[in-house]
Amino acid sequence: MRNKERRVYLDNNATTPTDPRIIEKMLPYFHEISANPSSIHRAGRQARDAVEEAREKLSRLVNCRTEETYFTSGGTEADNMAIKGTVFAQNERNKIITSEIEHHAVLTTCEYMTKFGYEIIKVPVDKHGIVDLDFLSRSVDEKTLLVSIMHANNEVGTIEPVNEIARIAHRHGAIFHTDAVQTVGKIPIDIDDLEIDMLSLSGHKFYGPKGIGALIVRRGTRFDPLHHGGHHERNKRAGTENVPGIVGLGKACEIAVTEITGEEKRLQVLRDNLWAGITKDIKEVLLNGHPEKRLAGTLNLSVRYIEGESMLLNLDMQGICASSGSACTSGSLEASHVLLAMGVPHDLAHGSLRFSMGRFNRDEDIDYVIKVFPEIVRKLRAISPLYKNNLSKH
Amino acid sequence: MNPRNVGEIEDADGVGTCGNPVCGDLMTFYIKIHPQTDDLDKARISEIRFKTFGCGAAIAVASMASEMAKGKSLSEVAAMSRDDVANMLDGLPPIKMHCSNIGVQAIQEAVKDYLQQIGRDDLARRIKGCPKKEH
Repeated sequence: MRNKERRVYLDNNATTPTDPRIIEKMLPYFHEISANPSSIHRAGRQARDAVEEAREKLSRLVNCRTEETYFTSGGTEADNMAIKGTVFAQNERNKIITSEIEHHAVLTTCEYMTKFGYEIIKVPVDKHGIVDLDFLSRSVDEKTLLVSIMHANNEVGTIEPVNEIARIAHRHGAIFHTDAVQTVGKIPIDIDDLEIDMLSLSGHKFYGPKGIGALIVRRGTRFDPLHHGGHHERNKRAGTENVPGIVGLGKACEIAVTEITGEEKRLQVLRDNLWAGITKDIKEVLLNGHPEKRLAGTLNLSVRYIEGESMLLNLDMQGICASSGSACTSGSLEASHVLLAMGVPHDLAHGSLRFSMGRFNRDEDIDYVIKVFPEIVRKLRAISPLYKNNLSKH
Repeated sequence: MNPRNVGEIEDADGVGTCGNPVCGDLMTFYIKIHPQTDDLDKARISEIRFKTFGCGAAIAVASMASEMAKGKSLSEVAAMSRDDVANMLDGLPPIKMHCSNIGVQAIQEAVKDYLQQIGRDDLARRIKGCPKKEH
């Protein structure tokens, strides 16, 4: 029944295993080179150099200037900093526009801003998860401070037309922020070309360590800090720098710059093979997300008549790590807000499953899932009252 | 994961369903009654089967509730509570108590169905059955 030997990790959108090359690069910064980068002694200067070297690598990955980068504790802090920071820096505009499918780091922060008199508008999405640009155009006006819409969705992988969104925001002088936690290091990003004002990223989503991320802020964009204290990060983010984390993030960026294109193609093959293998053996499986404009490593699907968490538990017993948009896995009683916003019916949202592939997955992993998954579906369908009802109709 | 008493009974004496797919959990129970009487202390559940659409907790609840109800008189089944099932499972996470723990109610629905079929709607009305608001 159980397979304790095998472990297939297909939950890379949740977090990625840290690349051993990155761990190796980080290790000296815990002990040998552990001084405070703000110290003026030689050891401190060594730590400072490491931070600045990482900053350059990050700048290269997204094509920004080094003075436009602010290291944070991760994606959530970067999102908070972008939204609250722009709000605190002004008092002329009172409207924030976001989308219905944002990560909770953006959604909950935006909702909190209503407490300070801000109007929040959530742009709806189509059935593939692409934001409604007409709705956005009608919503942005001269009172709009910020438009915050994600680059790619973490659950379904749909990639948003951020350049068009940026242009719509700029028409009325609004700032455009994008949560790019799922895209940085996975698809090439040039914030100049895309006309992005603020961009959030997280180290552990692209093989760096947890606890490190960054907010990129284009020069001339007004924002106040969240953390007040020392002069770190040019007075915008007080607190002693997480040097090992920053070094790790820098290395993650360096690796991504050279490997990004080949890796994107490789992951797409794995993803499409998995989809082909699953749909060959299992009937009535539906794809969630955009068929083409989608992250190479993300496969989100709904299996009719059965529930996601029970699939996850059965996959886990076979050593396979995945995730689901079922209410049972959310910690609340609601199914995925992303799938519901896309118009996916409740039962199919509960029956959704996300496989997200990454750098350390190989063909064998996909073959293994294709081998064990149909039996899990067969077993759960056999005990489902919905499946019986369907058969009696035919 | 090896739930007990899974399946259907084609010539069931009572069928009961609680929950809905919107909530994420749905259970249907099938029961056979022996002896077939309207005396709630004498009539017992002689056979029980279920089907469920739901999370791992819902499957565990349905399996445990079916084991607990098997052989019990209808008055004993009417007195069962969702807490009894949760206790037998060594507790359930608080979030699962509401949505997933509907096994007892679904079995009680099946008992109500039996009583209605033998013309005792009056007795059926006294048994709780599904929670009114399921979400």
